[in-house]
Formats: sequence, C-alpha cells, structure tokens
Amino acid sequence: MTDPTKLTLAEARDALANKSLSAVELTGAFVSAVEKARDLNAYVLETPDKALAMAKASDDRIAKGAAGPLEGIPLGIKDLYATEGVRTTAGSNILRNFVPAYESTVTSQLWRDGAVMLGKLNNDEFAMGSSNESSAFGPAVSPWRRPGSNAQLVPGGSSGGSSAAVAADLCLGATATDTGGSIRQPAAFTGTVGIKPTYGRCSRWGIVAFASSLDQAGPIAKTVRDTAILLRSMAGHDAKDTTSADIAVPDYEAAVGRSIKGMKIGIPKEYRVDGMSSEIEALWMQGIEWLREAGAEIVEVSLPHTKYALPAYYIVAPAEASSNLARYDGVRYGLRVPGKDIAEMYENTRAAGFGKEVRRRIMIGTYVLSAGYYDAYYVRAQQIRTLIKRDFETVYAAGVDAILTPATPSPAFGVGEMGAADPVEMYLNDVFTVTVNMAGLPGLALPAGLSSDGLPLGLQLIGRPFDEETLFSVGEVIEKAAGRFTAPDRWWA
Amino acid sequence: MNAPADPKKLIKGATGDWEVVVGMEIHAQVTSKSKLFSGASTEFGGEPNDHVSLVDAAMPGMLPVINEECVAQAVRTGLGLKAEINLRSVFDRKNYFYPDLPQGYQISQYKSPIVGEGEVLVDMIDGTQIRVGVERLHLEQDAGKSLHDQHPTMSFVDLNRSGVALMEIVSKPDIRSADEAKAYVTKLRTILRYLGTCDGDMEKGSLRADVNVSVRKPGDPLGTRCEIKNVNSIRFIGQAVEAEARRQIGILEDGGVIKQETRLFDPGKGETRSMRSKEEAHDYRYFPDPDLLPLEFDQAYVDALAAHLPELPDAKKARFIAEYGLSPYDAGVLVAERDQADYFESVAKGRDGKAAANWVINELFGRLNKEGLDIGASPVSAAQLGAVVDLIGEGTISGKIAKDLFEIVWTEGGDPRALVESRGMKQVTDTGAIEKAVDEVIAANPDKVQQAIAKPTMLGWFVGQVMKQTGGKANPQSVNDLLKAKLGI
Repeated sequence: MTDPTKLTLAEARDALANKSLSAVELTGAFVSAVEKARDLNAYVLETPDKALAMAKASDDRIAKGAAGPLEGIPLGIKDLYATEGVRTTAGSNILRNFVPAYESTVTSQLWRDGAVMLGKLNNDEFAMGSSNESSAFGPAVSPWRRPGSNAQLVPGGSSGGSSAAVAADLCLGATATDTGGSIRQPAAFTGTVGIKPTYGRCSRWGIVAFASSLDQAGPIAKTVRDTAILLRSMAGHDAKDTTSADIAVPDYEAAVGRSIKGMKIGIPKEYRVDGMSSEIEALWMQGIEWLREAGAEIVEVSLPHTKYALPAYYIVAPAEASSNLARYDGVRYGLRVPGKDIAEMYENTRAAGFGKEVRRRIMIGTYVLSAGYYDAYYVRAQQIRTLIKRDFETVYAAGVDAILTPATPSPAFGVGEMGAADPVEMYLNDVFTVTVNMAGLPGLALPAGLSSDGLPLGLQLIGRPFDEETLFSVGEVIEKAAGRFTAPDRWWA
Repeated sequence: MNAPADPKKLIKGATGDWEVVVGMEIHAQVTSKSKLFSGASTEFGGEPNDHVSLVDAAMPGMLPVINEECVAQAVRTGLGLKAEINLRSVFDRKNYFYPDLPQGYQISQYKSPIVGEGEVLVDMIDGTQIRVGVERLHLEQDAGKSLHDQHPTMSFVDLNRSGVALMEIVSKPDIRSADEAKAYVTKLRTILRYLGTCDGDMEKGSLRADVNVSVRKPGDPLGTRCEIKNVNSIRFIGQAVEAEARRQIGILEDGGVIKQETRLFDPGKGETRSMRSKEEAHDYRYFPDPDLLPLEFDQAYVDALAAHLPELPDAKKARFIAEYGLSPYDAGVLVAERDQADYFESVAKGRDGKAAANWVINELFGRLNKEGLDIGASPVSAAQLGAVVDLIGEGTISGKIAKDLFEIVWTEGGDPRALVESRGMKQVTDTGAIEKAVDEVIAANPDKVQQAIAKPTMLGWFVGQVMKQTGGKANPQSVNDLLKAKLGI
C-alpha cells in the first residue's frame, strides 16, 4: 500500500478489517498529510496525539474482534461540534479559547463506533458564510485550482474546512453542518459528496447553534457510499434534543447500489433561474439523462414558491441567530473585553469577538424580530416557509421519489472575489439549497462534471422526509456514470 | 368592566372618591425536583452555582428539554383555578441581556400559554365574596441572581435559580382594594399549596407578585396603570397598593397625568419609586423557541391529572359547613391551610364538629400563634385533642378543667384520659358532695342570699363560689340546679 490517504472510507474499512492495514498506520499517514497541508488552512486544530491514541485503541479492538462500524477510520470534525477537552471555537474569536467539558452527541456516536479524530476543521464563523472566508482563522483553501492558475479558490462554506480536508485527502470523511447549504455547496465546490439529512435525523446537542430550526449535522466524504456509512453512525434519536426524531436509523449503505428502475424523479422548473450558466444547465440535463438510462421516470414538477425561499431564509436564519448568539456575552466563558459597566462590557466583547458577517446577521435578525417589524418580516417569512414545505409535499404526494436540481449556480470562486461589496452576491450561492432547509428535507450534493475551467460542478438530490436511502441509491447512479473527481496534484504538500 | 363601584372600597380624595383598580401577575415557583428545561436540582440554598447544568449555564450547543413534571404541575394548577387547559401551547424566547440570564433570553410562553381563563373566589373578612378572573397561566424560566456585595469592583452571578420553573398567573383587573389584593394572593397561595404545585414560601421567593395599579373616578374608564415589580410579602402587597393609589390620586388631583411605568415598592419608606418608564421598556423580540416543539397533550392526560386532584379549599369549606355544621367563618379559618383542615377533621371525626372546631381554632390555633408554631409542630396531637373533647362531651371534665388539661398535654404530653384519672381532675357529679358545698356557701353568705333572691342574676356569683370550693371539678349544671332549688329562684 503506497498511500492509504487516497483510499475511500469503505476501502480503508475493508483494509482494516482484513488487517492489510493497521489503524495506527492509517492514522499516521493522515497525521503527516495534515501537517504538510497547513497551507490549505483546513484544520484549525490538529490533535495528532489523540488521533494516534485512538488508533491504537482501535487496533486493540480489531485484534479482539470487537471492532465498531467505523473502527480506526480517521475523521476531521467541523469546529462547530463540541469536543470534550478539545478547543471548540465555531470559527469565532469570541470562543477562541473555549474548551468544552462535553462531547456533542453526533461525535460521541462516531467515537462509540470506533472512529479516530484527527482534529478540528475550519468553518465560516458560526457557520455564517458560503466561502469559509468569515472564519476568525482565515479562509480554508480548496485543493482545486483552475488549470494554469495559482489563484486560491474557496472550498465553499460554511463547512469549507470539511470539504477541503476531504478533497485533499486529509481525512477519510468529515462532519459538517448545513443551515442553508453549508454541506452541499462545499461538497459541490470540491468534488466531494455531502448529505444534509432530514431535519431531526441527527441530534443537534453539542453543536454550536446558528439557526436552530434549520441546522442539521451531516457528513462530507469522498463517495456516496462513504457518506452513507458515516450518516448511519451520526444519525439517531437523542433525548437531549427534543427536535430529533425517534425513528429507527436504517442501514444506509445497503441502499447504495439499489436499482432506481421505476423511480419517479422530479425536475422542478422553477430551478431554471435567470442567468443560469449553460454549463450548469448542461450538467443538469446530463444528470437527467443518466437517471433516465438507469430506468427512472423523469417528470417535470413545480415548486412555485421557490423564488421566495432565499429572502425568507435570510429573515428566519438571522432572527434565530440573533437570539442564539446572545449567550456570547463575556459573562461566563469565552472572550471578555472589559468596560466601565455591564452594558459597555457587552458591547466591547461582542464588537471584538464577532466578525463582520456575524454582526451583520445579528443586526438583521434583531431588526426583523423587533416590535413593529415582526409581523411584516418574521411572521411572513414563516408563512412562506409553510408554503415551500407544502410545495414539496404536493410533489411527493404525486408519487415523486426524489427531485434533481443543480447544487450551486456556479463553480468555486476565488478567495476574496465574491461578496465584498454586496453580501447578497454571496447569499445567492444558497439559491438551490435553502429551500431544502426551509422544508426540513434531506438533500445530497455530489459531483457530476467539471466546468469549462476544470472545476467540479455538483448536482443536488432532494428526498422525502427521512428517506435518505433513496438519495443514496439515486446518488450512486450518478456517481457511477459521472466518475469521481479528485483534486489535482498536491501542490500544497 | 364598569360594574358599579362599591362605596365602601372607595378612597377619599380632595376632589371626591376614587376607585383603585388592581391586577396581578403572580410568579409561583413550581414544586419539582428539577428545573424546567434541565436536570439540575431546584433545591433552595446550597453554595452559589451548585445546581447548574450545562443547559442552565447556556454553554454552546446546549438544548432545553421540557420537564414533564412541571407541565403536569401547571395543568393541575390550571384545574385548581377552574381554568381552560390548552392542549397545545408554545414556548417563546423573550430576548434581553442581563448577567443573570445566561441564554440572553428567557424561555416563556407568550401568545399560546398552557392555561387560559379561570377564576379565584375570594372570601373577605366581612363575609362577602369576590370573584377575581384569571387571564392566563404560563410556564417560564426563572433567572439567576446577581450578587453585588462580594467584590469591590465586580458583581458575581449565582445561577442556582436560573432555569427553575415558574408559573406566571395573570389576574384580570378585578381587584378593587388593598384588602382584596391581599386576600386574593392569600387565597391563590392556599390553592397552590393544596395542589402541591407551589410551596407558596414568600420568604424564599417561591411566590412573588407584580402588582398593576390604576385609579379612576367611579364609572370612568380604566386609568393609566403602573406596575410595581416583585413585591414579596402579602403585607407589602397591601401597602404597595395603598401607597401607589395615594400617589396616583395625588398626581391626578394636582392636575397631573400618570405615566405608564414600572415601579418598585420600598417597604422601609412605605412608598413606590420609578424603576423605568415605558419608553425605556425592553423590546423583548418574542418569537417561538425553535429548540422546542409546541407542547401538546390530549384531554385524557388532563383528565387523569384531574382525577387525582385533592379536595380544594372551596369544596372543603362547603363540606365542613354541611357536614360539621360549622359557621362559614370557622370553616374558612380551618381550610386556609390543608394541614389545619386535616387536623380538624381528625379531631372532628366521630365527635361534635362545632366543639372540635372550637377547640382547634380557639385553643390550639391560639396557642400555636402565640408560640409561633405551625400546625405540623403542634405538641398536641389530633388524637390528644380529640380525647379532651371527648372528656368534656361525656361530662368527665368541665370546660374550665379541660383548659388546664390542654395546658398539661401541651407542656408535658401524655394521654388526656389517664391524666384526668391520675391527677384527680374528674368532674364531681356526686350530688351529695356538691350539695355540701352549696350549703356551705349559702350558710356563709346570708347577705348575698338576700341579694340573689332580689336579683336572680347573682346566681353566677354563687356558682363561682361553689366551683372554687370544689376545685372546679363540680358539674356546673348540677351546681346551677341545686343553687336554684335551694335559693328558690
């Protein structure tokens, strides 16, 4: 075995099981790959000692025949997940030195199943962003480059550290979170696979909250199968999160490779947005063709309230965020910048601790919840949300099994290229993904081709509530037809 | 809202009579082992920050989980207030910054409370009854406590109370005097204590009142109100209403206007003072808490709780009147505390209810009050007091001796019947012995005999003399009869 970091998660799992590879060897390879890849700024904290100790314990369990489903699999953890005794910052200066005394439910399930933690991954501050540029640690950088160019590209956001690390072989899979597209857009930008499961599928306990009614945990990995394997460990009911669903977790991997013959795939006409590039249009048509060839029935569907989703999202999400982030006040933990009285201490702390985008969203959220504006903004946004949900229900009630759309309106852009003058330009990245969060549905993004300048382009599959299995089955068909898209040579190492 | 004002309740001002209108928001701490949304203990006391979970401290990523017992307690309370129970209610966030509010918001219920309209019937001391409407009851979190006296330049925060469940019980503006305000809170407290949903301990802060006061000329529409925050004793509630009503009348009679504002009552000075004006009021930015699903249960759940409710004070009072022939006043005194009512019933069981009530209220309660004791700490048990009542009833001892006996049982304990035997306290019913005493008294006081024949009420003096001679043990009826016969009156 020359380079185990090139393996998929499933391949590594099999190699560990047949003992052609030890967990310590595998983890060691990743530890050194991570060290060499610091230019990508994918990890904001490396935990090599912990990783090797966990790997050693995995080898012991493998030797005893007591291996878990993820035994010895090295993973990166988005820095939004609280990890006990390991600094957790949410990409913010306000939590720069915060070390939780508790472990998030999702990560504790990964460790229960034998996974190994390599470190904490970069993300947009409090998961607010689509490029990872709002991180207090600076942007994570995509391993992808336009051919013949040294310009740094964004890995997407907010789970940019996760997508960059997976695409650059710095872990076999990564945890991520998705509030408006933060798993799917980074996956699409980096040629990786990401799934935002149904709202309630994974526990939110111990994950730093951005917008509670929209936030969901999910994995980013190299293949559809790998994401299916990870999601099975991450998902499940948690009594500590009353919005988590008490529904049995299926064996998602078993759905990978299942025939999609006779399935009805919906193509929403409203996703043909103004100014959509021809290559995105072509990619979408190609996806449709692959599914048709695999025996699926393609039907045009209508989701008439799609155009209101983005504006409504940018009311609901900041509203919840403005309240969720009130706890970062300098009183109990995290950054404190003194002031002459308590009000000034709050102001100084929050002004110094939060970056520009976070401050912007807190202000938007505070505004839309204010007396006199609440009905005009928040209540109306919630009404739109209900209509969006109903759009999907109507489509699924008509027998559609899954919906195929583009994942993003464009391929990855350069660091510093987008949104500096007009934040809405950045927000438009979420145009295909936010509807899924607003409706609480599962969405899978996976690479389906390359742009004219050689960058990955992704498609999105949207499923019925708690029917992630169909997404894995359909996703694998596209993956098989399109092939995998791996980043160019390791220019960073 | 414009029922004719009762002249007795009006306050005299320089320009005529004024009517005071009061509505109250009572914050009652729910009796439960753990907090509303976390497993931390609700125990009173303890070192600062002993009872704080990750959720209470609002650590990143923590989520609230509703405590089912608190929900049941709120429903029980709603039933006790004869209120509408809402099968679906919603928790909202009330957003504001304060050091003792770790989340930066209080989880409360704003638009959809768990309990809707109900009522409290309040008996006034003059025998009248008023009805105070309950607007709503909702569940919410308590805040922590800021400690300003621990450090020269800093304040400390104790989060032990942070997240403890409160019921906010909002009355309609149906209260028309300080006495009614006090009586309402007293009655509400009694109901809560019967239900076991709040211990009603105002010293520990388990029950606090925000008192809304306005004044108007009888028949006028409601005046502008001021809210007096966090009044923590029933006495202060009465004083606060008086002081605030006087203040408002003073302003209005001087041609001023009342500004809507939040005020504090200073018990030392007996006055209210401004805390913040309406303009300074927070914009709480209420919105449904996305961490919590709407709270839903079915009617069967409510019915099951209803089936296990204890007998409440109003029903108990009616039963005491019907079953034991008590006066409404005595029945009211007995049912004010459940323990007292239970004690009374143990004494009254199989005995004369009126006699039992008499002994419980006059002798026992009188003595307990004097010693500052609760009924639970009474040195005289219901069985002992029952025995005393029996001994009187069967004529073994006189009422006067019974008081001595009560005193002995109070201080020394013991079986009253055995005490009567061993200490020779038995009433003398032997007519021979009584007759002897009667004869002696008549013989010794010829002048008084003459007076008594002229004025038969003098008989009492003779009775007293005979009782004295017999050490109080003579049967008073026999003494009476013999004296009447011998004196020929």
